[in-house]
Amino acid sequence: MASCALAKPQMRGLLARRLRFHIVGAFFVAVGVACACKFGVAEQRKEAYADFYRNDDSMKDFEEMRRAGIFQSTK
Amino acid sequence: MFSRAARSWVLRTTGGGLGTRGTHSPGGSARSQGKMAPYYTNHYAQRSYPMPDEPYCTELTAEQQALKEKEKGSWAQLSQEEKVALYRLQFRESFAEMNRRSSEWKTVMGCVFFFIGLTGLLIWWQRVYVFPEKPVTLTDERKAQQLQRLLDMKSNPVQGLASRWDYERKEWKK
Repeated sequence: MASCALAKPQMRGLLARRLRFHIVGAFFVAVGVACACKFGVAEQRKEAYADFYRNDDSMKDFEEMRRAGIFQSTK
Repeated sequence: MFSRAARSWVLRTTGGGLGTRGTHSPGGSARSQGKMAPYYTNHYAQRSYPMPDEPYCTELTAEQQALKEKEKGSWAQLSQEEKVALYRLQFRESFAEMNRRSSEWKTVMGCVFFFIGLTGLLIWWQRVYVFPEKPVTLTDERKAQQLQRLLDMKSNPVQGLASRWDYERKEWKK
């Protein structure tokens, strides 16, 4: 090859480089997705349940349901 | 081996037809049309199978045979044109040529959309001529009654349906 000398391309360690890149990337993606799930889903759900049960009167709910007529065992 | 041959057959009939070169196009002056081996014993190089069993051209002119003899010596004595000629004897296409883009994706997408549309028409016909009457529970009045019952029994009151209903004002929460 006489005219213009190209730089010699990387010949070795290609798989190792690719694996390192993807393993590191996959680790961070996984950690990121886990954090998103924890804050977006889990904490939100825990808060929703806490809010619901803070002022929950199950006997009042029962009376409302009974008045609406959905029970078979009582009116 | 048969899967490779089958794959190369598919490549030839689909990708080759839409490329700028046909599968049996004669090359430039530096290449000669070699014997076409039967597909099941040999096939041309692909990116996934770069070193086929037999060279591309097996019937060589006298000039090409002389070149092959010269190849047996030191390669430093070969000129650039000779090296390229030897490459073309050995391989049908270079990597750049074999990896060229094609317009096949347009055909594929067109056929996909066509058959999706055809399926839509068939399903429409089926809905008109085959399907029986809808059950009475799917009328709006019945569906409203079912929804009212769900709200009465406070289904999913934490995050689901009943949590979106305002029981004081009897309407959906904003």
